[in-house]
Amino acid sequence: MKDISCAVLVVGAGPGGYVTAIRAGQLGLDTVIVEPRRLGGTCLNVGCIPSKALIHAADEFFHVCEMAQGRRTPGISLSAPSFDLAACQAWKAGIVNRLTNGVSELLKRARVKIVEGSARFRDGKTVEVATATGIQVIRARDVVIATGSEAVALPSLPFGGRVLSSTEALALDAPPQRLVVVGAGYIGLELGTAFRKLGSEVTVVEAAERILPQYEAELTRPVAARLRELGVAVHLGAKVRGWAGERMLTMETAGGADERLPADAVLVTVGRRPATEGWGREELVLAMNGPFIAVDEQCRTSMRGVYAVGDVTGEPMLAHRAMAQGEMVAGIIAGEKRSWDKVAVPAVCFTDPEIVTAGLSAARARAAGIETKTGRFPLTANGRALSTESADGFVAVVARADNHLILGMQAVGAGVSELSAAFGLALEMGARLEDVGATIHAHPTLGECLQEAALRALGHAVHI
Amino acid sequence: MAIHEIRLPDIGEGVAEAELVEWHVAIGEIVREDTVLASVMTDKATVEIPSPVEGRVAWLGGVVGDKLAVGSPLVRLEVSGEGETARAPRPAAAPPSPPEEAEPPPAAPPPPRAPAPPRREGERPLASPAVRQRARDAGVDLRQVRGGGPAGRITHEDLDDFIAGGGRPAAGAALRPDPSVREVKVVGLRRRIAERMALATQRIAHITYVEEVDVSALEDLRAALNREKTEGRPRLTILPFLMRAMVKAIAGQPAMNAHYDDEAGIIRQFGGVHVGVATQTPAGLVVPVVRHAEARDIWGCAAEVNRLAEAARAGTATREELGGSTITITSLGALGGLATTPVINRPEVAIVGVNRIQVRPYWDGAQFVPRRMMNLSSSFDHRVVDGWDAAVFVQRIKGLLEAPAMIFI
Repeated sequence: MKDISCAVLVVGAGPGGYVTAIRAGQLGLDTVIVEPRRLGGTCLNVGCIPSKALIHAADEFFHVCEMAQGRRTPGISLSAPSFDLAACQAWKAGIVNRLTNGVSELLKRARVKIVEGSARFRDGKTVEVATATGIQVIRARDVVIATGSEAVALPSLPFGGRVLSSTEALALDAPPQRLVVVGAGYIGLELGTAFRKLGSEVTVVEAAERILPQYEAELTRPVAARLRELGVAVHLGAKVRGWAGERMLTMETAGGADERLPADAVLVTVGRRPATEGWGREELVLAMNGPFIAVDEQCRTSMRGVYAVGDVTGEPMLAHRAMAQGEMVAGIIAGEKRSWDKVAVPAVCFTDPEIVTAGLSAARARAAGIETKTGRFPLTANGRALSTESADGFVAVVARADNHLILGMQAVGAGVSELSAAFGLALEMGARLEDVGATIHAHPTLGECLQEAALRALGHAVHI
Repeated sequence: MAIHEIRLPDIGEGVAEAELVEWHVAIGEIVREDTVLASVMTDKATVEIPSPVEGRVAWLGGVVGDKLAVGSPLVRLEVSGEGETARAPRPAAAPPSPPEEAEPPPAAPPPPRAPAPPRREGERPLASPAVRQRARDAGVDLRQVRGGGPAGRITHEDLDDFIAGGGRPAAGAALRPDPSVREVKVVGLRRRIAERMALATQRIAHITYVEEVDVSALEDLRAALNREKTEGRPRLTILPFLMRAMVKAIAGQPAMNAHYDDEAGIIRQFGGVHVGVATQTPAGLVVPVVRHAEARDIWGCAAEVNRLAEAARAGTATREELGGSTITITSLGALGGLATTPVINRPEVAIVGVNRIQVRPYWDGAQFVPRRMMNLSSSFDHRVVDGWDAAVFVQRIKGLLEAPAMIFI
């Protein structure tokens, strides 16, 4: 097979990789992208998008079930609904297909060459790709590593059979009757909640003392309350030891006692680790930052002409961070002066209710020695939240006490994920409490809570 | 709400106008009774104008550097209750440049651009993503840019200003030319000094005479006197000795202690020796005056010099203390240098400059001996003082300082 020479070679076609390639192509760079699986990476195929489709379907089904039981939206009556997960999977696959095809189309439009196969570095400028038709050698002036991350397995519960990672859980044909979720991070809770709404008996086992340990306790409280309401059993400070028998796990509880947990399936969501093996990293001389590839503020690795973006470069392992890095790296390779100077990387949990955070929490700001002013507005005082039957939660804002510069924003509540845009914009633009307070937020929307939280921090909220 | 107008008060005898040197308040500011509104400067003294009432500043009567006539409106305050309707024109004062009496206080005065709070060490500059990218493209390190926006945010305009001002090179760059030009308005004391210096050098034909003085004996005497600490007596510098020596020399040459009114064509010789002492203050050079040095002993001179110097530096010297000298001493102390060319304090005719004391080798006829030497650099108005007379005057002072006992005889 004839060797390929190009300006930019991107290894991995997830959000970080494909954005790098599209942007590099748009900038006129001769670009090649290599991906062994389908375009779009974890995000499009087995992550963000399919999980949101499943969560949506579960929510819809759960709502009609509640309506059928007369517990939601008075006035609607239904006969008992039923759910066909296999049919739903076809719909979900359709969305994923549409998006991955879209990525393929965008890459082609940017004149990016797509090579299907597993890449292996020969050296810092050369990659061998095992394609369906043989080994393809690609030489490039600049290389971007975007190999992403993978689910971490528990030694006691290796993936396979009844032990699922999020990937397999998203592909189930039927909800398991009894599902045990190990790890109460956002992935475990999102999927656990969805399966509960689809009818599974769900038990969550978390080693830490509370759910979503990376988030402020106050933000997680409405989620914990909702889990209780939905009938999800949550064991905190507990560990799953392993299988005790057919469809039976043993768990060490917080008290140290052993308990049996019946399980038709186990979803292990104890974290993700960067995908730094299996592509010839050992052939390169890359400085590492713990398990991650060390990069500077231009996403340059320790090797000249070798960049890395996305989950391989560190936390937070979020698609939008990878995309922003990719967009930047393409510019840098094209000769633009770019540098990572983001104020905030917003993060969203699509739990029930949703959590969104951007910037510093009050506790983090205090720990950094900053005097703060904070404001919080409950959704119970918001017309939109009340009229959509989801008034649990709040919006909070943290600002510097001296000049009212907004340092962070957080929210928990149904549909608050969309506030991430406003949060991010306020932080990147360097907004002060007065700026947000003086901006008209359309009525009736959840956004009003943001304005009111800012006003409250200033001491003059109107609607509370 | 009413308007209370504050006019420039009569600040001294015969002063018709004063220069506005500083505003202490801005439009919109709340002032209390006795809050200082402005500083104005007359011939020599700077006077602070306090507010007689409480209120909010609505209008300012000029910009720094303006000359305001006594009685002209200085500040208008919004006060609660009845204002003083002093806005009716005052017929008597007839200020030379009548201000616009009818001008209403501006409806919405543009808020002055508040100086940005300084960023703390290591704190990232606050700017929108677009500004950050523009700065990067322009090679500007935003840490060097002053943020004029809210919370010290760096706006596009701040960046424009920085770039237009030539900017400074980003970190890591080598030596580069700095094309920036900073305009400093010459106002107040600085303007007065400039005018007086220009006039003095324009009008006066200076002759500067430099002579070396052996101050070893004087320094021994001074040290001995200072060692003998007596309650209430100031520490002696060389100045009181010089003053007393000048008094003695002037007794023989009264022409040196004179004013030359070159417009009237008259020389006024004074009986009293009023010695001006050129003094550096934070605002610039001022010349407080030791009056009647002929009637003060060495301690009296020293005490008065100290008192005046402190008052001048603190800015509390009165107009009277800052004028009326008949001869002047200039000294830069340890920075006195080898020789200087002092500019005469017009209309005086002589100025004595004190240079640095140094140990120098001195040939005593048989060998070199170390002596404490000091130069005197003295300027004279050559229009009315001949070189010969100047030399005689300085030699007389030299003789007195070299044998200091003579000063006291």
